[in-house]
Amino acid sequence: MNSLPEIWTYLAQEPLLWLTATLIAYAVGDALFRAAGRRPYVNPVLIAVVLLASLLWIAGVQYATYFEGAKFVHFMLGPATVALAAPLYANLGKIKASAIPMIGALVAGSVTAIISALGVAYAMGVRGEVLLSLAPKSVTAPVALGVSEAIGGSPTLTAVLVILTGIMGAVMATPLLNLLRVKNWQARGFAVGVASHGIGTARAFQVNETAGAFAGIGMGLNAVLTAIIAPIIVRFFL
Amino acid sequence: MIVHLATLLAFQLAGETLSRGLGLIVPGPVIGMVLLLAFFIAAPKAAVAIQPTAQGLLSHLSLLFVPAGVGIVAHLDKLGADGVPILVALLVSTALSIAVGALVFVGLARLLGAAE
Repeated sequence: MNSLPEIWTYLAQEPLLWLTATLIAYAVGDALFRAAGRRPYVNPVLIAVVLLASLLWIAGVQYATYFEGAKFVHFMLGPATVALAAPLYANLGKIKASAIPMIGALVAGSVTAIISALGVAYAMGVRGEVLLSLAPKSVTAPVALGVSEAIGGSPTLTAVLVILTGIMGAVMATPLLNLLRVKNWQARGFAVGVASHGIGTARAFQVNETAGAFAGIGMGLNAVLTAIIAPIIVRFFL
Repeated sequence: MIVHLATLLAFQLAGETLSRGLGLIVPGPVIGMVLLLAFFIAAPKAAVAIQPTAQGLLSHLSLLFVPAGVGIVAHLDKLGADGVPILVALLVSTALSIAVGALVFVGLARLLGAAE
């Protein structure tokens, strides 16, 4: 019979343990989210991340080891993005009817996100590579990293800023939009997708399917727009 | 179910191939999504068939961000001395962007509705 440390040594190196841990941590986060009456500040992603990061830290496990298991979950992001075509198709009529509001909201939301992030950070004394890394923080990670590298930012830092922006958007969207009395699900979803990419879109799907579909479009369109305008806007902050 | 998952993966593969092959800035899965949407428009029956699988995946979209989220915790120290200004900038900019985007959307929708 193997001793407990031996079993642990084996399990800690295998994908099974961390795949299971990821699903359980998310299930705990989701259960808390439901128990709290689906309140936005009880965010299941945030809870799962804090639980897992604490666990890794306590157990002294490297992220690379963790990712060996978690990569199966991470991989599903690709097919899930493709699957967004289904709600888009179901909402096609609404989307066609809202083309002009969408274009306006896309440009306004995208430019606001970039300029206000750079402006606030610049005013507070942030300069150079760190400042530039902020510019693409509202768009989906693969695009944001590419943009960051192209404009002289740090892709690693941008990855951190992208995830933080996503979680902030997911947490603040519902109370903020209620405060502004925006009741239109299309407008709510679209703005959240533009400002906080996939994590905001995931939140939108928790609230309303139409909001989710519009968030998905906002995310996709802003990925393209930011890649074009971020390199131009950052010139004014150099 | 297997056929539906294979369809999603096949479209991702096609998108990835186009993205890499043509050196596009748009990521492969996003192109795959556009291609699949075009396919649904051409073949509406396929949309009905894939709907449950797609909905199943998307209802737990949040879960899929957890591994990347855990990854950033180790890099939080990269914020360094600029931590506070950066967090303030992210908070202000995310709130402003959501507010401006939603209000412009509603404003334009009303304008167009009034013009009709």
